[in-house]
Amino acid sequence: MGIIHINKVKYEYIRRDEENNVEGITTAVDGVSLAVEPGEFIAILGHNGSGKSTLAKHLNAILCPSEGSVVVDGMDTQDEDHLLQIRQTAGMVFQNPDNQIIGQIVEEDVGFGPENMGVPTKEIWERVEESLKAVGMYEYRSYSPNKLSGGQKQRVSIASVIAMHPKCIILDEPTAMLDPMGRKEVIRAVRALNDVEKITMILITHYMEEVIYADRVFVMDKGKVAMSGTPKEIFSRVSELRDLRLDVPQVTELAYELKCAGLPLPDGILTREELTEALQKVRKMRDRREQE
Amino acid sequence: MLRDITIGQYYSADSVLHRMDPRTKLLGTMIYLVSLFLFDSAPVYALAAVFLGVVIMLSKVPFSYMVKGLKSILFLLLFTVFMNMLFVKGEVIWSFWKLQVTREGLRKSGFMAARLILLILGSNLMTLTTTPTRLTNAMESVMKPLKLIKVPVHEIAMMMSIALRFIPILLDETDKIMKAQLARGADFESGNLIRKAKSMVPVLVPLFISAFRRANDLAMAMEARCYHGGKGRTQMKPLKYAGRDFAAYAVLLLYLAGVIVIGKFL
Repeated sequence: MGIIHINKVKYEYIRRDEENNVEGITTAVDGVSLAVEPGEFIAILGHNGSGKSTLAKHLNAILCPSEGSVVVDGMDTQDEDHLLQIRQTAGMVFQNPDNQIIGQIVEEDVGFGPENMGVPTKEIWERVEESLKAVGMYEYRSYSPNKLSGGQKQRVSIASVIAMHPKCIILDEPTAMLDPMGRKEVIRAVRALNDVEKITMILITHYMEEVIYADRVFVMDKGKVAMSGTPKEIFSRVSELRDLRLDVPQVTELAYELKCAGLPLPDGILTREELTEALQKVRKMRDRREQE
Repeated sequence: MLRDITIGQYYSADSVLHRMDPRTKLLGTMIYLVSLFLFDSAPVYALAAVFLGVVIMLSKVPFSYMVKGLKSILFLLLFTVFMNMLFVKGEVIWSFWKLQVTREGLRKSGFMAARLILLILGSNLMTLTTTPTRLTNAMESVMKPLKLIKVPVHEIAMMMSIALRFIPILLDETDKIMKAQLARGADFESGNLIRKAKSMVPVLVPLFISAFRRANDLAMAMEARCYHGGKGRTQMKPLKYAGRDFAAYAVLLLYLAGVIVIGKFL
């Protein structure tokens, strides 16, 4: 049983002029189908305007599809009666850290979700404590969010979602506004939650380095899924990725260029360690050939 | 820097008054303010001043801090005192040209000054000892009966607390926009008042656009976290009366009784 089923979803933004006449229709998502299994770490890649954020907003019923359907844990997102339950099952972290923190103190913000769900006071405090500890922000519980760095704010946002005990978290470009340190912090927290708590993660991003730990990667372009597969499979298709205006990680690119230059390297090298290993093999082979 | 401005001028300390339930402080302040308008007699003001003095001592807020709050009303204070002194008719004790100072005028202006000073000190004490968050909580709870006449109490309180959360962010943004416009040659300093006001337009337009965008983002983030108004909502930090609050109410009632007794019979 999958936790999220996206079935031929199409979404159109309709632009209207002042007299309410339709000026133009932009199809942001165009016939996307995909299914997510519980506990998976999914990454959705795409450059600006590829429809990845629009798709993300379908997953917790902020947007409803123009055509097709989205089913979250057995509930159709068009069903108004299940709205709160869907949003509780599939939590969402947004891009701008400043615009999603509601509380004036860290712990109040984390408590906001449970408060809305009507959780009893004592349990709210337990949930706040455990979720702040899960992202390593417990020492900052009485800080004002304005005093935190971008990466810390995003970790608080993640904790705020965890406090609602979701089965699945959708992260809509959570690192786009952060510095490299903050990006690492956030991704580390996301991976840890996926490993330890087995929360299904759907990470939407345009940073390639962040998707190498994912179980499956989907690349979106012009509202459609252009490529899908494991990170290794995706990154061995360097030239195709370039056509979609996406950069591969530096290490992968280096390996690709070396291969094009004639070195016998395998496809889809993702980390520095893999590359060093592969290069050492090549060297050994050469040494042996020279000895013969 | 703009972001250093503290809102609600909260003074952090650990005192009985700081720990008290914000509702007690809110209602207590109201009772105190009303008591100042009940009688025009010197002994009543003396009692009110002594009462406030004791409470300030309990609050551990330095007295100099309290007096600072009076600076903003200094002009208003002097103005009312002079007006009362010069224009209240009665037994003349001193006159110069067409101006007369009367005994009644002196009396009236003295009371006016005392009333204004106690009024400002009393309400300042509340904001100095209560964080804005707790104050909004208290307001939500005190205004609850208004729900019967369909006043959206929860929504008003939520709006206030969100506004408080975004004030530093928007101040920061104003700062950034001003610098960006300065870099493009904008001039905010020179010219008369009208020119200065006009020169703020290139700051306000981007600020408003960004505020709307933030509001949109925030609304989405709140919805994504199951916010659906005040219905069925629990509170993480519910307000609870403790022993000290009942004691405070008792003291307040005693004070009010004292004011009435002194005002009527002395």
